[in-house]
Amino acid sequence: MGAGPIGLAMAIDLAGHGIKSVVLDDNNVVSVGSRAICWAKRTLEIFDRLGVGARMRDKVITWKVGRLFHGHDEIYSFDLLPEEGHKYPAFINLQQYYVEQYLVERAQELSDLIDLRFLNKVTDHTDHGSHVRLTVETPDGNYDLEADYYIAAEGAGSPTRKRMNLPFEGQTFEEHFLIVDVELPHSPFETDEPERWFWFAPPFHTGQSALLHKQPDNIYRIDLQLGPDTDPRTEAAEEKVIPRVKAIIGDMPFRLNWMSVYKFRCAKLDRFVHNRVLFVGDSAHVVSPFGARGGNGGIQDVDNLGWKLAAVLNGAPATLLGSYDDERCHGAQENILNSARATNFMTPKTEIEALFRNETLALASKHPFARKLINSGRLSQPCSLANQSLQTGSHPLVGCALFDLPMGNGWLVEQAQGRFCLLTLDTQDWQTPAGVDTLPLPNIPERTQRYGDTGAFLLRPDGHICAFFEAPDATVIATAHARATGAAT
Amino acid sequence: MILEDNLGPHGDDAYAALIAAHEGLSTAQSQALNARLILILMNELGDPNRFTQLLTEARASSSSD
Repeated sequence: MGAGPIGLAMAIDLAGHGIKSVVLDDNNVVSVGSRAICWAKRTLEIFDRLGVGARMRDKVITWKVGRLFHGHDEIYSFDLLPEEGHKYPAFINLQQYYVEQYLVERAQELSDLIDLRFLNKVTDHTDHGSHVRLTVETPDGNYDLEADYYIAAEGAGSPTRKRMNLPFEGQTFEEHFLIVDVELPHSPFETDEPERWFWFAPPFHTGQSALLHKQPDNIYRIDLQLGPDTDPRTEAAEEKVIPRVKAIIGDMPFRLNWMSVYKFRCAKLDRFVHNRVLFVGDSAHVVSPFGARGGNGGIQDVDNLGWKLAAVLNGAPATLLGSYDDERCHGAQENILNSARATNFMTPKTEIEALFRNETLALASKHPFARKLINSGRLSQPCSLANQSLQTGSHPLVGCALFDLPMGNGWLVEQAQGRFCLLTLDTQDWQTPAGVDTLPLPNIPERTQRYGDTGAFLLRPDGHICAFFEAPDATVIATAHARATGAAT
Repeated sequence: MILEDNLGPHGDDAYAALIAAHEGLSTAQSQALNARLILILMNELGDPNRFTQLLTEARASSSSD
């Protein structure tokens, strides 16, 4: 695998299930530049289980006020008041290099299970059916490595995917975008509070859209749409970038921290599971950045795969991995749909698309319904796994990721994840089969609001609800558990 | 989707109101008005499935192809 956020999280997740892994990466530093910066609540809850969630939350600034502009005019602003009773906020901004650093340090704490090898490049692999043989190149020479499974977490350019000649198809967008991270001496907003400003047709820039928001350490992310007819190399030159930055932040000194000009695609592999070779993160699917669905989608891959692979290595039927394929292909499609829609809204390709877009913006200053149609990215939400093969029944919460609750002595996300768990709501005599723990939920208003008052929910190790029971029928519960662990149904 | 008459005796009034709303507007202004009107109607309808049916019917009934 690779030692980016997805590969590292994968190794830590597997270690949590007692599975040993070797992490191979051809680099020897954490990523340069901020890259992925926006981490959704569900990702933080997964990172909580991996042991880095609280550290991430404590480092960051969460913005609450967002402002949306069309040309010179502010169309509206919104205040994201956090909902009480959750350990983590809706999302945070944190540079990818911090996330990687925390994950590396966590992996090092687990060194009896995780073997981190930097400057180790996988140059070839052969799937022998019962194991995979890798050829690894290092500065000190090459060696071969044999593994039960090989997980490709190498990013969008995945050499493994290319070596296997797997089709990676989807939609390529013609627009170029410029991302710049600048360090500023003080806030560019009218207040010291961190805000998020988004412009359609910005007055300071000829492109279609612009975005400005804050990361820790007084770093600000600027995202500028450049249009289709731009030369990425000239645009990434400092003499081109500096005036563009000044046009936004005005006349204050700043330091360029990182920049990149990019064009993106939305694409995915047909299947993420190829016998003993498994694809996760950008190696398996890529999306446009709107909605922060790349990194967050990849973490959901990890969350979904970890416990299943561990179960298979401990004797569960290998077909359980097929449910990773189904569930995360579904998740990737949802992410691609959402990010493609945001891209279409932000980059209208015909006169009529531009007309509807602009009139939506015109209506939005007066009418709430039109504000909801404005799409500058729909933030990554945990994907619902309803109707997938491991779930039982049609209760509306089946398939959803758990909703956090204060537990008196901590949080539900700290206590329920990582194993099968029966969340009970009432005082009936709940008996659980082997391999399932019982966790009574406290009788508080948030519980009633999020889960109801009677029955019990079966939670998978990745925190997704896979069944609901009205009554403690041991056979029914055992059947649902067996189904969720991939036993023949 | 209702394709039988749903306006009763008020059809002529409604049609006249639609035409009157465009009075004095340039073609571009009229197109923008139509776009806003469709967005408002889409929300008023509040039913994406019915809206899709209406779109399909509108597209199928084109007089120019």
